[in-house]
Amino acid sequence: MNNTTRRLFLQGTLATGALGVALGAGLISPRQVLAAWPQAAFEAKKIDEAVNALLGAAATEASAAIEIKAPEIAENGAVVPITVSTSLTGVESITLLVAENATPLAARFEFAPNADPTASTRLKMGKTSDVVAVVRTQDGKLYSARKGVKVTIGGCGG
Amino acid sequence: MPANTIKIKAQLDGGVTTVRALISHAMETGQRKDAKTGQLIPAHFIQEVRAAHNGQPVLTAQWGPAVSKNPYLSFQFRGAKPGDKLTLSWVDNKGESDQIEVTLG
Repeated sequence: MNNTTRRLFLQGTLATGALGVALGAGLISPRQVLAAWPQAAFEAKKIDEAVNALLGAAATEASAAIEIKAPEIAENGAVVPITVSTSLTGVESITLLVAENATPLAARFEFAPNADPTASTRLKMGKTSDVVAVVRTQDGKLYSARKGVKVTIGGCGG
Repeated sequence: MPANTIKIKAQLDGGVTTVRALISHAMETGQRKDAKTGQLIPAHFIQEVRAAHNGQPVLTAQWGPAVSKNPYLSFQFRGAKPGDKLTLSWVDNKGESDQIEVTLG
């Protein structure tokens, strides 16, 4: 090994080492985990903006393969039970949005391959609104469904 | 950090594990005013929830303040057997966190 080759070899090793350390630090640092919270999407005022910021595209294809279970009438907008599920395959995530909330994005659920593409939670709804579910599949396609919920007493700010 | 904020129930049935969790958390939106002082109550809400089966992630959720106070979460996954470990953890916008580990029965 002559000197030039040796130097190149050392440079290569150092570069890889630094990258490895950086990646390792990024993976275990709680700050990095928090930084991953998609702030722009959660602060977006419109559904399209939120979906675009979170999922990389705003256009979704309406799908009958997504089921949203929610009450027709919610007496208390502070606690609206929502269950979303889909028969679509290769589901990466399901995102829930409340169209009429000041910031529509409510939650995103990311599924490992062994998780069934379903989730239940309870959301706040400021007023009568559509609840929108957006499914992202592993091939990057977005599918959506919506369901109207009538709210008698709003659940935001109250 | 508040202690024992997570109540969790995991049920194994025919290869499918159904997990139901209830977390004690204010989930303040930051838009509510204190009735006495008229000041806005600062936002305080869970931003991320992670569930793992034997250390392998099964579900990760990002939440905003529109998730209700004392959040409820239910999900399902496959491939678990009795004796396996299930962990659930959360982190909020102030950096507070909690986690729980249960053994599947």
